[in-house]
Amino acid sequence: MSNEWPLWEVFIRGQHGMSHRHVGSLHAPDAQMAVKNARDVYTRRNEGVSIWVVEARHIAASSPEEKGPLYDPSQSKVYRHPTFFDIPEDVGSM
Amino acid sequence: MADAFFQFLLRMGDNTLVLGHRVSEWCGHAPVLEEDIALANTALDLIGQTQLWLGLAGAVEGKGRSADDLAFLRDAWDFRNLLLAELPNGDFGQTLMRQFLFDAWQTVMLGRLMASSDKRVAEIAEKASKEAAYHVERSGGTVIGLGDGTQESHARMQAALDYLWPYVGEMFEGDAVDAAMVKAGIAPDPADLRAEYDALTGRVLGEATLTIPDGKYAHKGGRTGYMHTEHLGHLLTSMQWLQRAYPGATW
Repeated sequence: MSNEWPLWEVFIRGQHGMSHRHVGSLHAPDAQMAVKNARDVYTRRNEGVSIWVVEARHIAASSPEEKGPLYDPSQSKVYRHPTFFDIPEDVGSM
Repeated sequence: MADAFFQFLLRMGDNTLVLGHRVSEWCGHAPVLEEDIALANTALDLIGQTQLWLGLAGAVEGKGRSADDLAFLRDAWDFRNLLLAELPNGDFGQTLMRQFLFDAWQTVMLGRLMASSDKRVAEIAEKASKEAAYHVERSGGTVIGLGDGTQESHARMQAALDYLWPYVGEMFEGDAVDAAMVKAGIAPDPADLRAEYDALTGRVLGEATLTIPDGKYAHKGGRTGYMHTEHLGHLLTSMQWLQRAYPGATW
């Protein structure tokens, strides 16, 4: 339907979260209303302290067909994981 | 004074109770999911405020009546809400116009009540004012969006404003109850809110390209209980039926 509001993707930063996480999507006529709708749809149970919205058409995504060349090569690179280091307590969450 | 205070608290609580119930009638029926949830949130905020106002009313009355007793076991003539709050939903635009006209008043009123000489009133006002600030932003934004929208939406919003505006005057009519509240420093003189209300509604309705109707006639009788509209009784039969049919039922 051409008269439908555009789709927006919603990202919420939780009470103790360090970064915004994708929580879902919704429809809204503009960015301001998208934030309001996100507040009403996704934070009504005290889930968040910050909201980002982005119109879905602005998100560029990788193609599922390319997942072989894109992701398979990283499967055998165990040395890229920083699991060999001890992290001091004082650093907190990383 | 105690009775005047009780009456004042009924007015505050009945406004939010009756309007909250009205708004809840949209649940599952709004034009889009996002608005449906937003309206349900608003209704729940208003019912939450009702628990505080009517809870305090029951305590001030001192006859052992709870907020639930006051909400579900009084009949139409004992209600003290503004007539505006009980008017039917109409279309979505009319509901949002009614909401905006109420929200604007409520934000101004709660702002004054935060300085109430009664600490309990001030605390309820402070909690409710955050909800009201969001409500007026949302309803005001929608009134602007629809008023300054298509020809169809503009015409509907203008019709809603023409219908609802004569119910605005009641918000600013004072009586002996208000005089007692002013004297005790509990609440402001209703008439004192008018300038701030007119400035807020004038700005939003202007941006919505809507014309405030001429004429000073104001429907009244809700907040004094003198005479409600025919709509309140119908609302109460739906809201109160469970307690009426099964007295004392709980879950």
